[in-house]
Amino acid sequence: MSIFGKSIVELTRLVQEKKIGKRELFEYFKKRIAKYNPNLNVFITLPEYKEHVNYGSLLGIPLAIKDNFCTKNIRTTASSKVLDDFIPPYESTVTQKLLNEGAGILGKTNMDAWAHGNSTETSDYGPTRNPWNINRSPGGSSGGSAAAVSAYLSPAAIGSETAGSIRQPASWCGIVGIKPTYGRVSRYGVVAMGSSLDSPGPLTLTVEDSAYILKILAGKDPYDATSSPVPVQDYLSIMKQKKKFIIGFSDEYFEGVNEEIKTKILAALDIFRRLGHTTKKIKLISPKYAISVYTIIQRAEVSSNLARYDGIRFGNDRRSFGSEAKRRLMFGAYTLSYGYYDAYYKKAQKVRTLIIEDFKRVFSEVDAIVAPTCPITALKLGEFKKYPFFGEIMDVLNEPGAVAGLPAINIPVGLDSSSLPIGLQIMGRHFEEGSLLNLAHQFEKETEFFGIIKKGLEKYKDE
Amino acid sequence: MNSFIPFIGLEIHIELKTKSKMFCQCSANYFKKDPNSHVCPVCLGLPGALPVPNKQAVEWTMLVGKALNCTINPTSKFDRKHYFYPDLPKGYQISQYDEPFAINGKVRMQNTEYGIQRVHLEEDTGKLTHSGENTLIDFNRSGVPLMEIVTEPDFHNSEEVKKFLEELQVIIRYVRVSDADMEKGSMRLEPNISLSLTGELPEYKVEVKNINSFKFVKQAIDYEIKRQAEILDKGEIPPQETRGYSELEHATYSQRFKEQAHDYRYFPEPDIPPMKFSPQEIGKIVEHIPELPMVKILRYTDKLKLKYQDAYIITRSRMLSEYFDSIVTHLPEEAQKVANLMIHKRIHSDLSPEEFIKKAREIFTPISTDMNILSEKINQVIHANSKAVADYNSGKQNAIMYLVGLVMREMKGKADAKTVRQELEKAIKK
Repeated sequence: MSIFGKSIVELTRLVQEKKIGKRELFEYFKKRIAKYNPNLNVFITLPEYKEHVNYGSLLGIPLAIKDNFCTKNIRTTASSKVLDDFIPPYESTVTQKLLNEGAGILGKTNMDAWAHGNSTETSDYGPTRNPWNINRSPGGSSGGSAAAVSAYLSPAAIGSETAGSIRQPASWCGIVGIKPTYGRVSRYGVVAMGSSLDSPGPLTLTVEDSAYILKILAGKDPYDATSSPVPVQDYLSIMKQKKKFIIGFSDEYFEGVNEEIKTKILAALDIFRRLGHTTKKIKLISPKYAISVYTIIQRAEVSSNLARYDGIRFGNDRRSFGSEAKRRLMFGAYTLSYGYYDAYYKKAQKVRTLIIEDFKRVFSEVDAIVAPTCPITALKLGEFKKYPFFGEIMDVLNEPGAVAGLPAINIPVGLDSSSLPIGLQIMGRHFEEGSLLNLAHQFEKETEFFGIIKKGLEKYKDE
Repeated sequence: MNSFIPFIGLEIHIELKTKSKMFCQCSANYFKKDPNSHVCPVCLGLPGALPVPNKQAVEWTMLVGKALNCTINPTSKFDRKHYFYPDLPKGYQISQYDEPFAINGKVRMQNTEYGIQRVHLEEDTGKLTHSGENTLIDFNRSGVPLMEIVTEPDFHNSEEVKKFLEELQVIIRYVRVSDADMEKGSMRLEPNISLSLTGELPEYKVEVKNINSFKFVKQAIDYEIKRQAEILDKGEIPPQETRGYSELEHATYSQRFKEQAHDYRYFPEPDIPPMKFSPQEIGKIVEHIPELPMVKILRYTDKLKLKYQDAYIITRSRMLSEYFDSIVTHLPEEAQKVANLMIHKRIHSDLSPEEFIKKAREIFTPISTDMNILSEKINQVIHANSKAVADYNSGKQNAIMYLVGLVMREMKGKADAKTVRQELEKAIKK
């Protein structure tokens, strides 16, 4: 029985039909990790095999979990030396839900330290390498999770996004990644970055897998006051419906975008039209304004959220903070200081409201917005130093949606001339992840993502 | 020496006696529990833990707001207040900054009215114990709901402050949200004091932190008034600062000056969505507010014609006053007598109201005395106790009570003590 490249949905069936053993599946990935991880540096911690329950919709499925999800008795570092010895005494809601469905924790994946960055280069455990080209960055901050899926070191992975941290690495590693609506998936037990923005979500090989996992993760959590009571959609059945949408696209989201990417996104829009959807040019506030809003709000929240690592607990003191975390702490503390609060934080919140209103207006005209996920494809490791704010510019197209709390999905739509994946994102209305999955699935069925996901796996085939 | 008008405002912290803590499900009852036995990821501030507000604590804060005649805000939110201290595990305290649950209240005491600026809710910190070179942290108290009441600077002497605080303590106990026990630390006091020559509120103020008795608040205020007056007399202005109070030296001492004041970097707590309350919801929360002590005193003195002092004593405890109410409804004409019985514990208030009423009625109704039997028994007692009679005759007044007692025993209690004494005296004099 060949396991290689099989989706979660396929593997679940094989386990249920007892064609593969749970342990066997775990060991299969363990072996692949032993082989490829030294080169790719995807995992920080690899726990032993452990059975939790003997039933559930993810029975026997090993999953890679970003290292900012607290996992009981499994070291959780958020890729920072400050938490080098931290073994959580409790389980995050997300991982608890997965374990309750029979999934296993395969490993904890590398990320930018504290999720500060979009290359995994701020990790205190060294950068993860892009499976497409190991001299390139996988993106970040969920870079380890994206690389794990792209090289099939895990059949799927869990990541988290504050602004771009799921979509951008999914885009650079040529896989599917969905950032749910803020409040759709519980943040309980996720090492906080930007509390008003953080959204956990899956990174997968297929749209169906994203729908399948999201259905398990979504819902109101009594431990997260910001989680939403809005009923969870039946993503799998909505995904398969023959729906027609009005898709918006905005010139503002093509400014400064690499030509090759532009071409592929426009080609994708043609495909959507061919599938019977209507496309419509819309006008949105330029995403560049979202950068300042996002930067101020996120840094302010970071400066507050990192205050607890004061050296009294968790083993290591503040000297263990990397330079990016220190920069963010200083920046955030400054914007919240007496006399500056109104000029920065309060103003940022006002502009945030404008951005939310702007999307609201547009979503009364269209059902979804299509845009490039990233203005460029995977950068070379080390290249980020050229960009201010550790490449906040990389997430310029993700930040407006993040600031507005919108759901968005990344799908691969092509390769550039360096044979690096290009990602397209679909943004939707709050809590309408179903529509995004439906559109993405229609595109997937029509194009099979041009064989990009298969091509990515090729290099990592079993012998 | 100039004569100054002191301006005194108060910040009062009160721990609410909810079952669970403010933002987690740990038990809030930490008193004398093993260190760090009532803790969880939330109140330990572990990475990824999130606060979920305690509904009961929110409602109780509104209830207190209402009891202090405040306006209950239809919208409110929590904020983060940042400072570093080892007993504060998150590096910030979840508190309320610009939208507290209740604002603009007042407390009326006899002829004076004191303004209440705000009532808000926050979380308590852990507790540090210093022993030798080590400091130990107990997080059992971390996250216990802590209500803060801030008054206007409407007080002008320490006696007024003491009276107000005593009244406030009674109000808090009436609404049953806290024991407001100073010794257990569930009520903590912080007066701020400044002196004015003109009668205008001065521009500086001195805060005295964390005092745990009414007596010490009074002493601290008196000390500050004297200290500040001496500075002002020299033509200087006392620096704005935070001071502590030493119970041993009966003196305040400087802790930190304005320049060293914290910049708390307040911002809205992103982990807790803003709250909205409809008038119906607020109405429902505050509907169970009991009749408060000051109102009760008025009713007792006006309607029941009780002496003020007695009304005051009975209203100090909600339980006692409600007990009194349940008895007085059956004995409306005898309110003052009931009050006497209760205050002097002639009938114990442990009894059920029914039993109390029965006993009270017995006391109020004079016992009919059979005069023939009485005269017979008196003669017997006089004959059998010639020494006591002689004592009485020689001026020992106490002896009569002994004889009354003996007669009462002979009468098996079926006699009115007053009548017995009169008749006994008559018989001896014969």
